[in-house]
Amino acid sequence: MNATSAEQASAPVTEDALRSVLLAGERPSRPGPVLTSLTFGWRALLKIKHVPEQLVDVTMFPIMFTLMFTYLFGGALAGSTQEYLQFLLPGILVQANVMITMNTGITLNTDIQKGVFDRFRSLPVWRPSPLVGALLGDLVRYSIGSAIVITLGLVLGFRPVGGAVGVVLSVELLLVFSFCLSWLWTMLSLILRTPNSVAGVSMMLMFPLTFVSNIFVDPKTMPGWLQAVVEVNPITHLATVVRGLMHGSVPAGEIGWVLVSSVLLVAVFGPITMVLYRNKK
Amino acid sequence: MGKLAIETRGLKKSFGKTHAVAGVDLAVSAGGVYGVLGPNGAGKTTMIRMLATLLRPDAGEAQVLGYDVVRDAHSVRSRVSLTGQFASVDEDLTGVENLLLLARLLGYSRPRARRRAADLLDAFGLADAADRQVKKYSGGMRRRIDIAASLVVPPELIFLDEPTTGLDPRSRNQVWEIVRGLVAEGTTVLLTTQYLDEADQLADRIAVIDHGKVIAEGSSGQLKASVGAGSLHVRLRGPEQRAEAERVLAAALDVPIELSADPVALSAGISDPERVARSLAELSRSGIDVTEFALGQPSLDEVFLALTGHAAEKTPEEDAA
Repeated sequence: MNATSAEQASAPVTEDALRSVLLAGERPSRPGPVLTSLTFGWRALLKIKHVPEQLVDVTMFPIMFTLMFTYLFGGALAGSTQEYLQFLLPGILVQANVMITMNTGITLNTDIQKGVFDRFRSLPVWRPSPLVGALLGDLVRYSIGSAIVITLGLVLGFRPVGGAVGVVLSVELLLVFSFCLSWLWTMLSLILRTPNSVAGVSMMLMFPLTFVSNIFVDPKTMPGWLQAVVEVNPITHLATVVRGLMHGSVPAGEIGWVLVSSVLLVAVFGPITMVLYRNKK
Repeated sequence: MGKLAIETRGLKKSFGKTHAVAGVDLAVSAGGVYGVLGPNGAGKTTMIRMLATLLRPDAGEAQVLGYDVVRDAHSVRSRVSLTGQFASVDEDLTGVENLLLLARLLGYSRPRARRRAADLLDAFGLADAADRQVKKYSGGMRRRIDIAASLVVPPELIFLDEPTTGLDPRSRNQVWEIVRGLVAEGTTVLLTTQYLDEADQLADRIAVIDHGKVIAEGSSGQLKASVGAGSLHVRLRGPEQRAEAERVLAAALDVPIELSADPVALSAGISDPERVARSLAELSRSGIDVTEFALGQPSLDEVFLALTGHAAEKTPEEDAA
């Protein structure tokens, strides 16, 4: 291994150097929760830099889904692929983001198994900051995923009537919702033992959550009971909002719904996550 | 004895039916190295994790630097550092990024953090590897960055969980030097180890733990005295002489002789090394052909055998001792 040569070249630890390092001068003052969370977010970005393969899901998923649904179902569902794209693209954007949030739990589960999390937990910092930081880092992933879906959509002929403002607003709302939904996955990642089981359970929740919604089709043709389910699914409201904003209308009531469900997600799963995190073995 | 760095009373932690730590009383004075010696699964890591506020004890109390580990966890955390047994830095990041991360989290400004990281890398001989991902480090370098990461803000007390397990002898010596350096500067070190000679080399006092209980405590001299100076291992040319050899050795050494599974081997714990030479002379006088003999320091196994009556590596079971 090439590590050995470097190790031999570097001087062993000397007592003088160690002494000067231990006399570090005044202790720094304790940083606040925002700074520590952002610092953990910086760690997440560094990990993307060193392990860019982890972006496969945010790039391939959205491309695959957009192409598949547009061309497989577009003609059958809406008469033409072009027309379906106008309806589908905002929905696919929602689905892509929600799918990407799943990775949060899987990554966190892998991460927590490692000793470095013990060190984080033994630091005198605001306790949720390692988790909040990881979720902040994920915002970058969501943004990349969204950019890919929207760019691909524009290339295929999607024309948002709401213009750039509508698109940007809807992406921002998506980021807020995704950040809040992630606490569900962080909770799961602390309950389940292996990354595989996290992935399995997440999938099981994810499919009904995204498909039993108005992302792909108008729920009018569904049986009544299913329509009722679709109606309470927060993903439905999110898709309605994104669709509305992109096509030039501002569904204020629906936006309120999305924000309320976002707050509820954090209010319920945030504290459960923290209790689990605190008592993690 | 100075003031106490760590004091525990009846500390307990169970996982399901396993009593990982089953009532531990410790009194560790400030300054110096306190060694916790025990085999895999003895409860060492669980104990350290409770003291470092990562696990909440089921029962009992623990004070670290005068602060309760449950009620005053935050005060404990800002005064101690933990170097875990496995990967206590982020392997995907480079050495310098890891130290920068911790320095920022602990409140250093960006320029100070950068300076601090550079100083630590220099002091630990890792300056050349600063920009390499930690997963590409050798075992010894890994351990050094682990320890450096614990010193970003110099702690009053540092926990080292099996700092040398799996290291080659050269890296092990480097870690020992670091530990001695820390102590020279007044840091209290609590380290766990599976190696008797490590505890012997470094620790001022040693607690031997087994099945979550402290079964012996004292200086290494005191512990060795309770175990004996070591053991004599003898191999004979043929198995037919073993019974005779056993009799001769028992008479010369005045201790019980152990017959191992190997039909030509015998061993005995010894208290007085001088008798060994005499006993070997007795063997040859009795016409017994010895093909091999060795005098060993007491191993952890022997310490355990002497203290508990069972071997160290045995799987946990109901303790009869």
